[in-house]
Amino acid sequence: MTFEQFIFYIFATVTIVSAIAVVTVRNPVYAALFLILTFFTSAATWILLEAEFLGIVLVLVYVGAVMVLFLFVIMMLDINIDPLREGFIRYLPMGILVAIVVAAEIVIVLGSDTFNMAIPDPVPLSDSNTKALGEVLYTEYVYPFELAAVILVVAIIAAISLTMRKRQDATKHQNISEQIRVNSADRLRVLKMKAEEKQ
Amino acid sequence: MPEYLSEIAPAYPEIFLLIATCTVLLLDLFVKDYQRYITYIAVQGSLLFTAWLVYTATDSTTVVTTFNDMFVADPMGRMLKISIILITMAVFSYSRPYLKDRNMYKGELFTLGLFAVLGMMVMVSAKTMLLIYLGLELLSLSLYAMVAFRRDNSVASEAAMKYFVLGAIASGMLLYGMSIIYGLSGSLNLSHIASYLSEQDGLMSNLGLLLGLSFILVGFGFKLGVVPFHMWIPDVYHGAPTAITMFLGAAPKIAVFAMIFRLLAEGLGDMSVGWQQILILLAALSLFVGNIIAIAQTNLKRMLAYSTISHMGFVAMGILAATEAGYAASMFYIITYAIISMGGFAVIIFLSHKDSEADELADLKGLSSRHPWIAFMMLLFLFSMAGVPPTVGFYAKLSVIQAVVSVDIVWLAVFAVLMSVIGAYYYLRAVKIMYFDTAEKSVVAGKAGFEFNLLLSANGLAVIALGMLPSLLMSACVSSVNVIFN
Repeated sequence: MTFEQFIFYIFATVTIVSAIAVVTVRNPVYAALFLILTFFTSAATWILLEAEFLGIVLVLVYVGAVMVLFLFVIMMLDINIDPLREGFIRYLPMGILVAIVVAAEIVIVLGSDTFNMAIPDPVPLSDSNTKALGEVLYTEYVYPFELAAVILVVAIIAAISLTMRKRQDATKHQNISEQIRVNSADRLRVLKMKAEEKQ
Repeated sequence: MPEYLSEIAPAYPEIFLLIATCTVLLLDLFVKDYQRYITYIAVQGSLLFTAWLVYTATDSTTVVTTFNDMFVADPMGRMLKISIILITMAVFSYSRPYLKDRNMYKGELFTLGLFAVLGMMVMVSAKTMLLIYLGLELLSLSLYAMVAFRRDNSVASEAAMKYFVLGAIASGMLLYGMSIIYGLSGSLNLSHIASYLSEQDGLMSNLGLLLGLSFILVGFGFKLGVVPFHMWIPDVYHGAPTAITMFLGAAPKIAVFAMIFRLLAEGLGDMSVGWQQILILLAALSLFVGNIIAIAQTNLKRMLAYSTISHMGFVAMGILAATEAGYAASMFYIITYAIISMGGFAVIIFLSHKDSEADELADLKGLSSRHPWIAFMMLLFLFSMAGVPPTVGFYAKLSVIQAVVSVDIVWLAVFAVLMSVIGAYYYLRAVKIMYFDTAEKSVVAGKAGFEFNLLLSANGLAVIALGMLPSLLMSACVSSVNVIFN
């Protein structure tokens, strides 16, 4: 085993273990933190494959931005997830059975000769990864790239139209002319009441 | 014309629609609630102009590819795109009174609808698996949001949730299958995959290809809604607001047909023996389950949902024949089915009122005495779904069955006819309820504008006209499929 393979196995193991932890831990904050670990180790695997750009983007965008927001939302909402997990144990045996069957079938197929092909030689990059990606993104793949952007626009529109609620009473704002015209009689009410006797 | 413009010229309709959609989105911000008709007119206008662009962008004999062979403009795509756009326009027009009554008459809903149309057009023109997937996601995301649009309605939210989760699983399956095919063939492009397959021998003993194919078929099964991947259909059709059910039951089916045709017939055509066997099973199960369970339904929307499942079984039958005639028959079937199902849901919209949905079978009682013309139109749609001549449903079923018989799968043809006879029972029961039962309680008279009545009449007459003269549409279907294979 070369040093590279050794590193790969470490990262791969951590990725899988933390991915399993994401869906099994009880505390949603831990789950989010495990998801960050999953992303981070996947990024490391990508860098091992010499796809530095993808690795860096994964760390910057997912770990840096998306997951931080995600954690923020989890803490803000403070969801009690115990009711959501009802029935987990009940469906677990069936789920495990299905998972084992599917996994076994896939292993049989992947273990067959079909995928036993020669490992292609890595194509040496003449330039940096980032430049190579940038060159095809806006030329060869411009149509799918723009469509991916359209999908993001749809996601934004959908999210806003589903969650934005106009307040029944209009938003509170300052009305300066009214504030200036105000006098003490509007704000202060002097009540006369009997003095109470000392007890 | 500069060179780069002629490069993108075949995609003008998509580009225009995207720009128009973004314009509508911005325009709607400046429109007050009582002026919403401005948004509506802009939406219909952009769709109409897109249809015209599709009509002029290509002619009916040539196949043009662009964007590095990712985008294809051919006669079949042209015809499917025009059908998708016209059907969507009709759906928007039908839904207007319904949306107004339920405080759903919003610019965002129309914008999402336009994005869905864009997604369908991308799917129809896709030449690579990458674009098939992107188009499908664009369509699905818009549909999820549209189903959830009445967010305070718990039934609609539940339907949206089910649709979203199952749709995401289906997309995952499809993507996994595509990735395996990509791994083996080394290309996402459908024509490259086809030429890779034609060089291989022993395709049916290649486990990897078969695994990829099965995952792709599972994904298709979900998206088309055939048994055993039909679970979401009744709940989503029932739970979604009727106008949205009408939308997602009509045009998207055409786009899904295009996706299946492109990937199975054009890309994996050499593996037809493999997918034929799976599709035979799916088609037979859909015909059986769809028709049998529909009998037990008391809700009109659920009944139509199960009827959709059985109709998709017929569409699968045409595809599994894997002949030019079969593809043309399926194409004819899916276009006419979209027209018929749109009409059926339009009548449910007609029956509904501001406060009530009127989607039970019992709500049809006495419709013929209250609104004889509407009842007659509903009769035409139901007869067409059942396959009674001279409506178009008869000819559509006939041509699909012919296609299956011509490849010697006679038992499936006989089974399909038997199941259609069973299916005729619940369609005829609905007709009987309309014509011979009297309403028990006083019913608020349905009201509809001039636009609605005109459109419904045109829709009903189209069902008759296409049934009398099917060659109008059929010859176009046959020639467009012909162009692809020659």
